Amino acid sequence: MANLPFIAAVDEGIHQEMKRDPRVLYFGQNMATTENHAFVAAYGHDRVRVTPISETAEIGIAIGAAMAGMRPVVELYMAEFMLVAMDQVVNEANRFRYMSGGQVKVPLVLKAGFGFTAGWAGQHTGSLTSLFMGVPGLKVVVPSTAADAKGLMATAIRDDNPVVFLHHYLLTLEHGEVPDGEHLVPFGKAVIRRAGGDVTIVATGWMVHRALAAAETLASQGISAEVIDPRTLAPLDLETIFSSVEKTHHVVLVDQGTRHASVSAIIASEIAEHRFSSLKAPIIQVTARDTTIPYSEPLEAYVIPDEQRISSAVTQLLKR
Amino acid sequence: MSTKAPDAERQIWMLSQMLRIREFENRVKQTFTEHPGAIRGHTHLADGAEASIVGSLAHFRPGDAALATYRCHGYPLVLGSDPKSLMAEIYGRADGICKGLGGSMHLTDVKRGFLGTSGIVGAGIPHAAGAAWAAQIRKKQEIVLSFFGDGASKQGAFHETLNIASLWKLPVVFVMENNGYNVVTTSAQEDANAAAGRPLAVKAQSYEMPGVTVDGTDPLAVAKVVGEAIERARAGGGPTLVESKVYRLSAHGNIIAPPGVPLHYPEHEAITVFGRREEYEAALRGDPVPRFRGLLVQNGTLTSAKADALAGQIAEEMAAAVSFAIKSPFPKNESALEYNYA
Repeated sequence: MANLPFIAAVDEGIHQEMKRDPRVLYFGQNMATTENHAFVAAYGHDRVRVTPISETAEIGIAIGAAMAGMRPVVELYMAEFMLVAMDQVVNEANRFRYMSGGQVKVPLVLKAGFGFTAGWAGQHTGSLTSLFMGVPGLKVVVPSTAADAKGLMATAIRDDNPVVFLHHYLLTLEHGEVPDGEHLVPFGKAVIRRAGGDVTIVATGWMVHRALAAAETLASQGISAEVIDPRTLAPLDLETIFSSVEKTHHVVLVDQGTRHASVSAIIASEIAEHRFSSLKAPIIQVTARDTTIPYSEPLEAYVIPDEQRISSAVTQLLKR
Repeated sequence: MSTKAPDAERQIWMLSQMLRIREFENRVKQTFTEHPGAIRGHTHLADGAEASIVGSLAHFRPGDAALATYRCHGYPLVLGSDPKSLMAEIYGRADGICKGLGGSMHLTDVKRGFLGTSGIVGAGIPHAAGAAWAAQIRKKQEIVLSFFGDGASKQGAFHETLNIASLWKLPVVFVMENNGYNVVTTSAQEDANAAAGRPLAVKAQSYEMPGVTVDGTDPLAVAKVVGEAIERARAGGGPTLVESKVYRLSAHGNIIAPPGVPLHYPEHEAITVFGRREEYEAALRGDPVPRFRGLLVQNGTLTSAKADALAGQIAEEMAAAVSFAIKSPFPKNESALEYNYA
């Protein structure tokens, strides 16, 4: 185990796979510009390259390289930059295996940060996870700890499908224990971050930590909250969520994205359809308020779910 | 590693491939009346571009790759795909080369190097560059051909990709089939170079790569120009933009209509939209397929009896493709869910 910042753990995951598989490529803007760049030094310019600001070409090139047998990782920095090239993400990368009747594989990773609610205003702060999770052919990964960041990145690179790897910007420097050596975290397996019997809280990314803080506060009030981190949204481990709902009968869903057509709305609909009889009260969704993220600090804080909103939702739910 | 000019035997092969594309697509077109409803959605024909397609693929080698657009019937035919499996795909049948999941716009034959076809204009151009990066890393002197139309050269994907391909000296040849029309918009209406009376190949200058314009109705001229570009790419010299000037002899595609309305090919947009019947008829008189046949017969490369026999065999081959495809079963419902993930 090593105590590493989240972002270093992501790099470890990429290194782990580049070392074992010469087909893994890593490229993007504003990287690999000198021979001292860690990935250039280790793997050379054949496999590690800087690109111009051309997201459509970057992601399109990754698709072509993947179809021709490589395993590219595209460094996109911010999820919003994928929007520039959305056709390549949701209507090219994910379609070729299907439209070719299974003749091709498109193994690639689109690595992008999201949710940078630290004064980045309207265009660099989105929690865009739900834009990708319903797209057939795509996988969507949202790590919340340094260990998962390494293990999910490694699994994403080994996966034979296009994977959108969304790391939360506010977790970048959060440290955590990261397993040394080969570390893989399976897709489609949620983790119970805190066990509890009174209420199920589901959260992803940075929100996992706010949910855990709320659970701690609730514990002091005698409320036992179970916090589930799905870790991957596609595939989504509904079984772990359903089992928890059967036990707690109460559900609070936390989502940094805006409410409508959000990840929490999808999970709510699955619980409502499949575990309605387990519920003793309506599901509560604690989401961002339906707005663009404002620049001004108190307004930004007002818009995003915080510990207080999460714990109030739980107490309100259990009072009914 | 020199790119030889096609010898007599190779020229006969080229004619036969041009005839095969034409005959295959005639059968696609006829299907709308022979088997109404067998073809759904949108098909796009390459008639008029056969010389360009065959000339471009004349120097293709195993290990090379080609990527194209939704106007994609010709390339896999030349690369050796079975016309039965291609027609079955266009009919949405289980024996289709993509199991009926792709259809006319998405023919793919990975075993023969035909990697993929995007239905979004310009979107496939970076895919070709990516495959070329893979080839560059493998260092086996393999190259990639990227086929697209003149309309795609107004897409960001085109410009972004040509810049990177040149910067990285990728082994790719960009073959722009310029048929003068983006659906119903003429090049001069949408392209600053065309409006200024300049060839679209000048776009290559912005990206520090050779830009060559060639008569795309002359298969030998195309084979020479694309062959030189391929040779340059194999040698590590980087990409070339080839503007191959063709005339699309059919409309952009069959009519777009809701279910229940029989589909068919309307007249060419030069006539229906612009009233330029003479332009269209001049293009018909210059039809590259009979012209190349005439040339080979005239210069003694093959006799007209042999050319007739060739055409006869090809007619049988494509008739068999239709009979096979129309009898092929529809895929099982479960197969609709099979290939989303590897």
